[in-house]
Amino acid sequence: MIQLVLEQALNGLQFGLMLFLLAAGLTLVFGIMDCINLAHGSLYMVGAYFVAAAAQAADSFWIGLGAGVAGAAVLGLLLELSLFRQLYKRDHLSQVLATFALILIANEAVRWIWGPAALMLNPPEALSGPVEIGGFFYPAYRLVIIAFGLAVAGLLYLLVAKSRVGMWVRAGASNREMTEALGINVQGLFTAVFVFGAALCALAGGLLGPLLAVQVGMGESVLILAFVVIIIGGIGSIRGALVGSLIVGTVDTLGRALLPTLLRALLPADAAATLGPALASILIYLLMAGILFFKPQGLFPARA
Amino acid sequence: MAFYRPATYQKPVVLALLLALLALPPALTAFGQEFYIGFATRVLIFALAASSLNLVLGFGGMFSLGHAAFFGAGAYAAAICMSSGIADALLAFPLAMAAAGLLALVVGAISLRTRGVYFIMITLAFAQMAYYLFVSARSWGGDDGLPLASRMMLGGFSLTSDSALFYATLGCLALVMVFFGRLADARFGRVIQAIRENETRMEALGYPVFRYRLICFALGGALAGLAGALLANLTGLASPNLLQWTQSGTLLVMVIIGGVGYLYGGVVGAVILLMLEESLVGVTEHWHIALGLLLLGVVLFAPKGVAALFGKRHD
Amino acid sequence: MTEALLDVRNLSRRFAAVDALQAVNFSVEAGEVHALIGPNGAGKTTFIHHVSGALQPDSGSVHFAGRDVTKLSMHQRVAVGMARSYQITNVFLGLSALDNVALAVQGRQDAGSSFRFWRPARSETAMFEEARSYLEQTGLAQRIDTIAGNLAHGEQRALELAMALATKPKMLLLDEPMAGTGPEESARMVELIEHLARHVTILLVEHDMAAVFRLADRISVLVNGRLICTGTPDDVRADPEVRRAYLGDHL
Repeated sequence: MIQLVLEQALNGLQFGLMLFLLAAGLTLVFGIMDCINLAHGSLYMVGAYFVAAAAQAADSFWIGLGAGVAGAAVLGLLLELSLFRQLYKRDHLSQVLATFALILIANEAVRWIWGPAALMLNPPEALSGPVEIGGFFYPAYRLVIIAFGLAVAGLLYLLVAKSRVGMWVRAGASNREMTEALGINVQGLFTAVFVFGAALCALAGGLLGPLLAVQVGMGESVLILAFVVIIIGGIGSIRGALVGSLIVGTVDTLGRALLPTLLRALLPADAAATLGPALASILIYLLMAGILFFKPQGLFPARA
Repeated sequence: MAFYRPATYQKPVVLALLLALLALPPALTAFGQEFYIGFATRVLIFALAASSLNLVLGFGGMFSLGHAAFFGAGAYAAAICMSSGIADALLAFPLAMAAAGLLALVVGAISLRTRGVYFIMITLAFAQMAYYLFVSARSWGGDDGLPLASRMMLGGFSLTSDSALFYATLGCLALVMVFFGRLADARFGRVIQAIRENETRMEALGYPVFRYRLICFALGGALAGLAGALLANLTGLASPNLLQWTQSGTLLVMVIIGGVGYLYGGVVGAVILLMLEESLVGVTEHWHIALGLLLLGVVLFAPKGVAALFGKRHD
Repeated sequence: MTEALLDVRNLSRRFAAVDALQAVNFSVEAGEVHALIGPNGAGKTTFIHHVSGALQPDSGSVHFAGRDVTKLSMHQRVAVGMARSYQITNVFLGLSALDNVALAVQGRQDAGSSFRFWRPARSETAMFEEARSYLEQTGLAQRIDTIAGNLAHGEQRALELAMALATKPKMLLLDEPMAGTGPEESARMVELIEHLARHVTILLVEHDMAAVFRLADRISVLVNGRLICTGTPDDVRADPEVRRAYLGDHL
């Protein structure tokens, strides 16, 4: 039992860190430009396809990952310059309509190019086996994902909390007009944030590729999870995104793994069998509702 | 933006269209195109669903991206009524509306504490929660959805024939549109439109803004539930796919294309989008790309078509 | 002494490290015009927000018409008889003057529920007749059907007043009614407020000192979040602390 909990906690940590990669870019886009981007999940999907395709072509996971991330960054740059730059000034309605259109286009384009079947992405040979930690076996690849996630989270923290660019980003998130008035090039800053966010999407997509199927529509469900993360954490806050990601990741994973067992111990078998999966699948939404009820601005509101 | 006022030509146009729709089923049958009666019913159902969203979004100014949850809840409520022996739409439809409206009341009570981007994301998240709830409810068919054994009765009339269901749907839509027309001019309609323009001012005039918003939100949810119940009858299935967030997006696109805050915006948008879909599908299997590009074109090159219709929003 | 209509006791509020309001005691007697003045940044707007219910204090209380309204929200305070006008004109620009005021009448509790979904509001002649009377009182009789956005600035300010009046307040909270008006308009506004003052208690926040000293029965001076003086216009003119606050220390 302890082992199961530990293993699931690690899985939750890993899932949470990947969510963070998605939510970090998204929360800044929302926070600084007050722009709602539904197509963030599409960047994640397209990024995963880029990684899978490049890995197949180069016959190397790592080369594929690098190339895919670079490709997604370029795509993000093009999107920002051609479309998003015009969307910032517009109302939320236009933003939702435009990015919804992007999702339609992205899903169909991917289906057109790579076909409707899921792509396989194999983890690097050396990491495909399990390793023993503290008395139980855990997939080495998942540990690498955790390491990656922690490294990126640390890097982001240093970047946002300590660097000058990070200071501008935080300033932009809490008061964009003032930041602009102080002579900071918010436009250029935002292009950079958007491209960085796109690259993080592809990184998450590529890293998760070997664990999940790389397929059309993979972006949407994860997008909504990223939304939940941002709502919980507070729009525009990197710290909030990190805390929210870890909460959502662990609660969701542990809930799915342990809740049915727990309910079986408390309730009659058939009631537990119906209630367990249903409750587990909506646990994070209930959590979100609860947090909202007490803190409508999320745990770490960026705006005063 | 002023209170909604119908254009002078609206009444004759609507009456003419109503007459044409009344004649549609016999006309289609005469030409051997009965298949299209079902399609026309679908268009009317989505017109109703989109109009219910227009009430929330266009009149109430609440940017909900989770409206499909209420649409789907209505469909499930109808299917559940059917499987528990309530086969009369006169009872089942009001129950479906009550169920969807109640769900909207709960979702609204939490979501309406927030504003702007938050509200958009939260309604979306709650809709997704409802989706997962139905997917994991095994007794309601889980992934496969809950089928209806047959179509319902409406009082003494059976809705089994496509024409009967078409007329029932047309009747529902007509009633709802008449209601909307009255609502826009009634006290409640004036209040929610004014709240859309400036909620602080309304608060300062003594209006409990939250309560008005919530009732408007729940009313929109209940009417979406009616559309869902009709759709379940048409397709014979309450499917979890109805609650998917892309469905919310589709309804939103309909309202935006048709004209946010215009009485017939939802109807016009549903007709345009579904007709477009029907004709694009014939041309290419990748019609989603064409549709997406079209929507992008609307946003980028016809910004008036989107933003101006909605009026200036305050921050 | 009878109990004051508005009674603010020991109101304090901090923003981050700034004491915006420090233990402010302030009252408005029924029937008077009480003006609140003070240099820019003294905390007048913050104070008004606490009186109207837009902000909640850290400590202290607000009593109005004999009851504690500290915890009441803005719309609840309107319902007990507190109406406010805004510094920046805040009317529904797309609606006619009459519709603007009718909305205000309709929001009143004695005007009946607004959860009415069927009957056209336009058919409620009593409501619109009443709205008309407030427009007449504020000198807008000729502009009843004009879209608010097309009114001159001074007329919009008058419309704002008409809307506040339509809530049938016990007290009118006027936040810089002269702001942005030309000399002619502001003379008309002073006349209008004088006229209104015969029927309703007024709490006036204003920068235009000529207007303040002409209209006010009593004046309170707020400096750096503290109320330094309350009294008749003559008392306030003579108060050494007020002179220091406005004219500087180098006398």
